[in-house]
Amino acid sequence: MSREGKVNRRLQRQRLRKIPWTVFMTLVYASFYIPVMVMILFSFNDAKRNYSWMGFTTHWYPKLFSFGNHDLWEALVYSLIIAVLATVISVVIGVLGGIGLKKYEFHGKKFINMMLFIPIVVPEIVMAVSMLIIFMVIGVKLGLATIVIGHCTFCIPYAVIVIKGRITGDNETLQEASMDLGATKLQTFIKVTIPSIMPGIMSAAFLSFTLSIDDVIISNMLAGASQSTLPVLILSVNRTGITPDINALTTVMVIVMLFGMAIMNVLQRIHKKREAASLAESDERIRAARLAAEEYN
Amino acid sequence: MSVVTGRAKKGNRLPMLAQAGPVSLWMIVFVTLPMLFIIFISFMSRGTFGGVEYTPSMESYETMMEITYFHVITKSIGVAAETTIACLLVGYPFAYYIARKPADVASRLITLLMIPFWTNSLMRLNAWMLIFQTNGPVNNFLVNVNLIEKPITFIFTDGLVLLGLITNYLPFAVLPMYSSIEKLEKPVLEASADLGANPRQTLLKVTLPLTIPGIFSAIILTFIPALGTYVITDMLGGGKVLYIGNIIKNQFGTIRNWPLGAALSVLLLAITALMLFLYSRFAKVEDMEVV
Repeated sequence: MSREGKVNRRLQRQRLRKIPWTVFMTLVYASFYIPVMVMILFSFNDAKRNYSWMGFTTHWYPKLFSFGNHDLWEALVYSLIIAVLATVISVVIGVLGGIGLKKYEFHGKKFINMMLFIPIVVPEIVMAVSMLIIFMVIGVKLGLATIVIGHCTFCIPYAVIVIKGRITGDNETLQEASMDLGATKLQTFIKVTIPSIMPGIMSAAFLSFTLSIDDVIISNMLAGASQSTLPVLILSVNRTGITPDINALTTVMVIVMLFGMAIMNVLQRIHKKREAASLAESDERIRAARLAAEEYN
Repeated sequence: MSVVTGRAKKGNRLPMLAQAGPVSLWMIVFVTLPMLFIIFISFMSRGTFGGVEYTPSMESYETMMEITYFHVITKSIGVAAETTIACLLVGYPFAYYIARKPADVASRLITLLMIPFWTNSLMRLNAWMLIFQTNGPVNNFLVNVNLIEKPITFIFTDGLVLLGLITNYLPFAVLPMYSSIEKLEKPVLEASADLGANPRQTLLKVTLPLTIPGIFSAIILTFIPALGTYVITDMLGGGKVLYIGNIIKNQFGTIRNWPLGAALSVLLLAITALMLFLYSRFAKVEDMEVV
């Protein structure tokens, strides 16, 4: 047997060994994507309620955009308002908190770090119920404000973690340089610190928004008798059967979200390029200064 | 260095207060206080017309031990455990495969994993329902290939709820395990191979033990939410399958037995605390990968 034959056989064996892996990975990914595809498919279902496939139609989309189903649009708008408010509040508090908790030492910092961990690991129903009891005992009227507070409580910890992960030694060097050059603390914060962690801020915002818009449990428990968010509406409609226009709406949301992701991807790439360019520029300047110094000597 | 800069400027506490203040205040008001209050409520008695009466009692903990509730609790724990085991058995090889790919391929595979989870979770659960309907594609297929004579009732069963739980929580198991496998240093694995271990030995004696923190994070991030959910059971169990989450929710809805709901919540809190304590014996809790 020639050496080449041996090598070939080994390659073949390696390829054979890959087959079970490929099958396994495909199956797992299929289990994630099949429900999404079925959800999209049933937005084209020619039936009043989605129980089984009754034939193809596109009429649910024009129907959706003729705004005939008021409840659905009201729920969506309500969800969007809540998600935007929760995202803005969570990102502001999360960015400040992430920086502050990384930079300063103070009494009780360990305790706060532990508290930030709780909304992430404790079952959401427990968070929801404990806030609900406090609101009811104090006599706060349940509604938009209580839902936003609930969402912020689980979005802030994620925002803090994302921001903390972005802050590195470089950021501190930059800040010191900025202050050495005469900038005040506030100027440094706005013009140096914030831009240097911008990608982190964007992912914190994206994470908060997606967590908020898809939340069911807290939105359900803290809504009281007020308007339902979209997921809460879907949960209640599920008892009588989901109508295909809901599938159409969530399909549109998938497309919008993919667009949003693509835009964020491009923005982050631009930021990276700019960072690399400014680094290269400063390298260039240092090299020039060094050359000048050598010449001077 | 950060410690020094933080302490040296003790005179001016304004920046520190402005930065760490809001988050600390928020957490104390909306996490610490509610948690303490729910523990307090669980030791009070039930009001005659629902709600709470502020007289101490162990009533709700006694009710919790009654056979009907106790059965729901053990069943919930069992199902959450099954979900977790399935997520580990599927998630670990899945994470391992991705982590062993070059960085750019791996990050693309992870994005591919995340995308479906940014769509509406309830509609994804509803899709499983449509797939497993009595006259849905799965039953049609099984009847057509003569594997079964009559369609099987999958919907509103524990089995379908379990499928929903597994597919819903799998990414939460994959992500921490992926990042701990990915962090393994190549030289360690190479050393194992150089010392004569075959790939299987390396996996069992080096990779697995070194990634225990990731595995444990995965356990926490699937077991605890699976134990507390009522949404998946509502969507796929049709209200016929009751878990702890459903019972808690009902106490604050129609049944209005707050102390019992509080006591069940305290039980979930205690289980969470126990899991975190166990985790702290393997690794630092602060380093747990959660995003």
